[in-house]
Parts: sequence; structure tokens; C-alpha cells
Amino acid sequence: MSALERPVTKQRPVYLNLVRIRLPLPGLVSILHRLSGAALFFVGLPLVLVGVARSLASAEAFDAFRSALATPFAKIVLIGLIWAYLHHFCAGIRFLLLDVHQGIELKPARRSSVVVLFISLALAVLVGVRLW
Amino acid sequence: MVKRIVVGAHYGLKDWLVQRVTALVMVLYTLLWLAIAWYKGGVDYALWQALFANGAFRVATMLFWLALLWHAWVGMRDIWMDYLKPTALRLTVETLTVLTLLAYAVWLLDLLWGPR
Repeated sequence: MSALERPVTKQRPVYLNLVRIRLPLPGLVSILHRLSGAALFFVGLPLVLVGVARSLASAEAFDAFRSALATPFAKIVLIGLIWAYLHHFCAGIRFLLLDVHQGIELKPARRSSVVVLFISLALAVLVGVRLW
Repeated sequence: MVKRIVVGAHYGLKDWLVQRVTALVMVLYTLLWLAIAWYKGGVDYALWQALFANGAFRVATMLFWLALLWHAWVGMRDIWMDYLKPTALRLTVETLTVLTLLAYAVWLLDLLWGPR
């Protein structure tokens, strides 16, 4: 069969039981990159925009915005968003390095996944402790 | 390995590249903020106001936001394409996403250059 005649899609096994999927570490970094990106889009982006608007309006408006975010629930959301930003940032840099063929072998790819997960969690804990 | 003949259609190369270039712009802007905070020993309200009074800083800030909004579009489009299979639903949600991001851009222009 020539390349033109061959069907583009092949029958491949589909196994999408979310509870039973065991992702390798690079896969975990990848799906968390997607989840953190979505969280930043739906929650982080509007929240930061309102914050920027309040802060540029006046010092009083910004203080009111800050005290509205001083509740424990808001702080948990903020820490979650900070982690999302940090993970998205670190995992993104890892993907950029993979694009230029840095660390694409199995071992370094696994190691960089651990580094990404660890650094973003550690920085989020540091910022979270200060915020709390 | 499936060998496709990659001609005559958009295969997402532009979006792939946009995602990376806009990411680098955002990294640079993040580093700019870290440098300012480190150099000034923190950011208080007076410094915040002074920064946004500076024309070059406002341009850099707007470039960052445009990069972020474009980046968000490519990323959210990837997500919608993966999970929303009915075409009508996907097109509706994609349109809403674009409109939201454009509204954010207009809002930011007004915040940065509009009357205070």
C-alpha cells in the first residue's frame, strides 16, 4: 500500500479507565501541566485581573481586595493557584528543554520530572507558609 | 509509525511555536519582576504605582498579557479539541473562550492606558 492509500488512523487499543491508569512520572507532570493550566485559566486569570484593576484604582481598593482574600478558604485557593503557576512554569521549561533535545532519554526525563514536581511543590509550600 | 504527507493543511506548527515563544515572553517578564523585587528589597504600594506610571513598564506589561492571553487560547483550544467531540459544542465553547480572552485584552488596555 502506498503512503497515499494507507488510512491515517490505525486501530489502537483504548484503555481509559481513569481509576486504573498508572501514569509514569513524565505522564504525571504532563497531565498536571494541563490541569494547572486549566485552573489558571478558569480561576487564576480572572482573579489576577481583578487584583490588578483594584490595585491600580487606589490603595484603599487594593486593601479591600486583600482583606477579602484573607479568609482561610481564599488562602487555600491562593496557595493552590500559586502551586499551579509554579508547576506550569517548571513543567513548561522542562518541555522547552525537551524540544531542543535536552534530557530526552528515559533516565534524565524521569529525573527532570521528579525535579519539576519537587521544586514546584517546595516553592509552593514556602510561599504558602509565608502567606498563611 | 504513521507516515502522513504533511502538506496543504495547518498541522498546528504555528500554534506549537506560538505556545513556546509566548512562554518565553512570560518567563522573561516573571524574571523582570523578581529582579525588581530583589533590587528594591520588596515591592510596596508606592513602587507598584511608580512602576505602572512608567510607559516602558506598561508596554512590557501589555506584551506579557498579550503573550499570556494568546498562550491561554492555544492551551484551552488543545483541551477543548481533546474532550469536546460534538462539533457544535466545541465551536461554541471555543468562540466563548476567544471572546473572553479578547474582553480581557480590552480590559487590560483600559487598565493600563485608560483614564484613572
